[in-house]
Amino acid sequence: MPEPTQRLWLERSRLQQLLDSLGERGFEVHGPVVRDGALVLAPVRAVEELAVGWRESQAPGRYRIEQSGSERVFDVVNGPGSLKPFVFAAREPLIRVEMDGPGGGFRAHATLPEERAVAVVGVRACDLAALAVQDRVFLHDRYPDPYYAARRRGLFLVAVSCTRSASTCFCTSLDTGPEATTGFDVALSELEGGFVARAGSPAGEDLLAELALPEAPAETCVAERRALDACAEAMPRKLDPSDLPELLYDNLDHPRWDDVAERCLSCGNCTQVCPTCFCHDERDEPSLDSGHSLRVREWDSCFSLEHSYLHGMQVRSRIRDRYRQWLMHKLATWIDQFGSSGCVGCGRCISWCPVGIDLTQEVAALRERSA
Amino acid sequence: MSGERPRPRLAVFKFASCDGCQLQLLNLEHELLALAERFEIAHFLEASSRTQDGPYDVALVEGSITTPADVQRIRQVREQATTLVTIGACATSGGIQHLRNQADVEDWKRQVYPRPEWIETLATSTPISEHVRVDHEIQGCPVNGDQVLRVLTRALLGAAPDLPGASVCMECKRQGNVCIVVARGLPCMGPVTRAGCGALCPSLGRDCYACFGPSEDPNPDALARGLRALGLSSRDVARRFRGINGHRRPFRALADRLEGRDG
Repeated sequence: MPEPTQRLWLERSRLQQLLDSLGERGFEVHGPVVRDGALVLAPVRAVEELAVGWRESQAPGRYRIEQSGSERVFDVVNGPGSLKPFVFAAREPLIRVEMDGPGGGFRAHATLPEERAVAVVGVRACDLAALAVQDRVFLHDRYPDPYYAARRRGLFLVAVSCTRSASTCFCTSLDTGPEATTGFDVALSELEGGFVARAGSPAGEDLLAELALPEAPAETCVAERRALDACAEAMPRKLDPSDLPELLYDNLDHPRWDDVAERCLSCGNCTQVCPTCFCHDERDEPSLDSGHSLRVREWDSCFSLEHSYLHGMQVRSRIRDRYRQWLMHKLATWIDQFGSSGCVGCGRCISWCPVGIDLTQEVAALRERSA
Repeated sequence: MSGERPRPRLAVFKFASCDGCQLQLLNLEHELLALAERFEIAHFLEASSRTQDGPYDVALVEGSITTPADVQRIRQVREQATTLVTIGACATSGGIQHLRNQADVEDWKRQVYPRPEWIETLATSTPISEHVRVDHEIQGCPVNGDQVLRVLTRALLGAAPDLPGASVCMECKRQGNVCIVVARGLPCMGPVTRAGCGALCPSLGRDCYACFGPSEDPNPDALARGLRALGLSSRDVARRFRGINGHRRPFRALADRLEGRDG
């Protein structure tokens, strides 16, 4: 049995064995594949289905993916999808209410999801950090969410530390990456010819023990360190958190909010791709014959008007109010509420904003003119 | 049924339209029997030539107002209906036939009809809400039949509709689609268009053309700049907004500005 921190060497040709072992252990294995012009996490069986030899370029409001001819499996940093839908379903029934007939009562029962063992391969450090944020919101509170908990229990995570960043990444600013340091079962770092592998949980140890991997040579460990450090140093985007949350609290009436409101579509894309945004709507869907009703929860967004409709009034009727609410919550009130930033620096809200609004620039602009 | 409360009376009326929205209702094959049990379907010419006079509890109205006779008839419908719900782009925004609002209708009549003097028409095609009070609107070209059913189901319970007002992007993302604006540079109208279709076109790799009309609080100017950045001409951008729902205020205002009609 290897030590938890022991670094092992997984040759690229043996990655298939890792997928197979997960499958044999009853996991439905998901991994990064290229679909519809981007990286998505989808069910996989074979290494060839993964995004082998692909590389993406990201910029505000723009994402393109192309073949690089490389043998590398995990060169694409991320796509629009994170771990969020694996634990917090985009749409799910919560309770089903059955009527007992005319004049009778009713019975309600929870529609908990079927527990499934799901392994996700290729999870990035920022997404592990985001999962920890979501765990805090959904599990570690007075009222744990049983729907989230059921999905979370079945999750096995194979992380990949980043040796390459997208131009929209800024995890180093928030200290969430590029190296996966916690919250995984197995972590890989992709190098020439293969991966440095280490376990982060007893289940991960067990999996790696089954593969009987050799120890990673010392020079390989040095190369891994160098690759991770180089990735961190090369990260072009920055979000200075040093004066947060005060910067935002002190600038509630800053003219920049009007400026961004002119550009913002209020479409909600940033919140939907954000791996920590958890806002949702719950609505009842009664059947036409009034025999039963389903209470459904689905992802909502602070950018939708309905979301800020409170007992007869719209509390955030302008786009300016809604953008400010989003940024304020993500970077300021989240800290008061949950003790951590709501942003993990994955950059998805920048890439997947149809008009390329960049929160790091918005924060910088607030700082510039408030000084 | 004796001894039970009478069923609410449902009527469906049509003005200038293609009947496609009424067909969405008829296409709800698995729900039609239940619908007929819960409502007395008193007037629905697309389904039956046997009609009953009003008053009606719920009137669904398809189509836009394009003739002097329409103007009179919609008032009669309104008088007979407790709740009036407009369905579809024609009824809620004037439909594609609103394009006449920008044109010389007398000239069009002369070009199209051998006896233009027989054609009695208004110079404009306008939504029902510009003529009578409308209680609820269900947008879409055509409407989503399930949305109509949801509104009718809630009406039975005395509840107001709870249709989404947010953008198509919300549905698109919930389905796990890759954004075609960001990944492919397509001029998708999803960010300003009301959800309800299930992100039908983007799910098939096609850019949304706003058949569900504006979302609850869109920013057409921001999208117009985005579309220009994708390479569309100002004229093409105006056309994207001038489509089926182009008479709806936020879309019309933007297209008017782009075409220099706002002076």
